[in-house]
Amino acid sequence: MKVSISINGENVSRDVEPRQLLVHYIRETPGLTGTHWGCDTSNCGACVVLMDGKPVKSCTILAVMSEGHEIATVESLEVDGELDPIQAGFHEQHALHCGFCTPGMMMTARALLDENPDPTDHEIRTAISGGICRCTGYKNIVAAVRWAADHQAAAKQEA
Amino acid sequence: MQTPASFEYERATSVDGVIAALKKRGSGARVIAGGHSLMPMMKLRLAKPEYLIDINDLTELSYIREEGEEIAIGALTRHVELLNSELLAEHFPLFRDAEQVIADPVVRNRGTIGGSLCQADAAEDLSAVCSAVKAKAVIRGADGERTVSMEEFHVGPYTTAVGAGDLLIEVRLPLRAGAGSAHEKVERRAGDWAIAAASAAVWMDGGKIAEAGIALSAVGLTTIHLSRAEQLLKGKAPTDELFVEAGEIASTDCSPSADGRGPVDYKRHLAGVLTGRALRRAVSRALHQEA
Repeated sequence: MKVSISINGENVSRDVEPRQLLVHYIRETPGLTGTHWGCDTSNCGACVVLMDGKPVKSCTILAVMSEGHEIATVESLEVDGELDPIQAGFHEQHALHCGFCTPGMMMTARALLDENPDPTDHEIRTAISGGICRCTGYKNIVAAVRWAADHQAAAKQEA
Repeated sequence: MQTPASFEYERATSVDGVIAALKKRGSGARVIAGGHSLMPMMKLRLAKPEYLIDINDLTELSYIREEGEEIAIGALTRHVELLNSELLAEHFPLFRDAEQVIADPVVRNRGTIGGSLCQADAAEDLSAVCSAVKAKAVIRGADGERTVSMEEFHVGPYTTAVGAGDLLIEVRLPLRAGAGSAHEKVERRAGDWAIAAASAAVWMDGGKIAEAGIALSAVGLTTIHLSRAEQLLKGKAPTDELFVEAGEIASTDCSPSADGRGPVDYKRHLAGVLTGRALRRAVSRALHQEA
């Protein structure tokens, strides 16, 4: 059936089988392979994207269920060559080893800071608890989100 | 790659439309809400619906509100909304206890109370929570609406009173004076299913427990309703000895099986300890003594 989904602000249409998962639609139709497809069982969080601003696991949502919703993927973070504070934080704090969990972690963290710009370390850990980093780099991921929160606040003050 | 078997898809625009579609399509039709239980089952081909009815647009089924002597929760209300509801936290704090430890925050953005209850997984927390607070489930079918208690709702493993042509519409929680409640869960790691969990509610009257509701998760084939322990507590003053005794009933009346989460004797012990803890906190909250 025909489906039309807004992905990173662009309307993407295609005929798909109802059983196609959102993660595959994102990777195959607009070719945005930044969203990773990991465990297939909604446990690992590599596939997290934002649906109407809320983080969701795109391996457990059908593409057809996403019609009429705004999807944002990891590719939406960088704007005009400028890294999102979350991306800069991951870079600065060395928050990735293999990088497989990174897109999901970053989108989850982005949603956290949108809702709570100054989270405690405990709140950060709770927020990312739906993501698995098999390199077990959680400490640096928490530091990266902290870095992003601090720099985001500083940038706002300057502005 | 895990992909569900093929099916036809319909996005529902009204509750009546869902009931009509269920009637027309028969037992091959399934309703999908958050989908975080059904979709994994479809990928594993444990569920193979021929016709999927998506109710996510039915926002009229998403609410938590006070109606007379009850709190009404729409079936499409998501975990995150149950977690954040001040109304629920005020009257039934066990919802917030449970919602902090149900799956993870990302899953909680999608999963719904209706989906959780209809899945009726014995390890799922909300089934025990709703049982403890003596909730009622409002079910609509082709012949109209009916309201059932949680005992009637839980028919068997993964089986509820919601039949093939039915839709769970609402959960109703009776508001009574002197209420206190708590949910205690032990899990192996963040976001995992419970090794065991206990939900308790008490209604205090003049320093005594007028009534109690207790239910257990993950220690049997279905949610365990601890009616023997509820009877024991009725009319008694809350003491540590009484909570221990209720815990002993919990250990006896549950029926866990050994698995990767632990052996039977450990799970029985845990069910007893958690029952005692949940009761103690429920009473403290009812008496406003919680530190």
